[in-house]
Amino acid sequence: MPRASLWFIRTGLLALAAGFTLGALLLLNKGLPIYPGLWRLLPAHIELLLVGWTLNLALGVAYWILPRFIRGAPRGPGWPVWAAYGLLNVGVILACVEPWVASGPWLASVGRALEALAAGFFAVHAWPRVKPHGV
Amino acid sequence: MPPLTRWYLKTALVYLVLALTAGVLLALRALVPLPTATAGLTPVYFHLLMVGWVTQLIFGVVFWMFPKQSQTRPRGSEPLGWASYGLLNLGLALRAIGELWMTATPGSVPGTLLAVSAVLQWLAGLGFVLNTWGRVKER
Repeated sequence: MPRASLWFIRTGLLALAAGFTLGALLLLNKGLPIYPGLWRLLPAHIELLLVGWTLNLALGVAYWILPRFIRGAPRGPGWPVWAAYGLLNVGVILACVEPWVASGPWLASVGRALEALAAGFFAVHAWPRVKPHGV
Repeated sequence: MPPLTRWYLKTALVYLVLALTAGVLLALRALVPLPTATAGLTPVYFHLLMVGWVTQLIFGVVFWMFPKQSQTRPRGSEPLGWASYGLLNLGLALRAIGELWMTATPGSVPGTLLAVSAVLQWLAGLGFVLNTWGRVKER
């Protein structure tokens, strides 16, 4: 698999491990209450699994397996994909820390904006690769 | 398709049906009287769908389609793969039971059930990550 896919998928796996860990703490705390403040982990749990895990995995696999070009770089220019990778993951981190910092709501908004930009960059990359094989 | 993938995908399909059935019950709560336990269905519905269906489907397909780790261990550790499958499903089933039980009659027994379920699902997630990590590689 190409290097960008490796980074996307391994980052997705780290997000999965982190998201499951936070989810386990939340559920443990629900069953056997330890510390009420743990509920503040809920937004990060959701962000890590719904965006960090599934999106990194989906984009990494898409970059790897979508049809390639016959001429030029087989997967086209790499920069929009790396831009998407960086923006997506900085966005996830910003959205995760939201409940823990005073300027949280702003950070979450910026994080979500970066995630949306990441989606745009990836769409720009993937659009011409959604085509019949051999074209 | 390897046997573990078949188990993942067929179990995922069962959870899909269960999740959507839970969704029907949730919608019906506004219309007809249902047992108290059904008030705890919201997290059950969401996790049956996201863990039981989506995550399980992904785990099964990744185990099947990702690059081979090596000639001798093409899909990583098969026992770890099966352990992740078992832990995930046992954990999720205990969670569904624990949530409904906790809603109907809160207490230490359903609470412990939820805690055990948390640990089982956590171990399943870590097991999957460990077993998949070595298969994510450049040619």
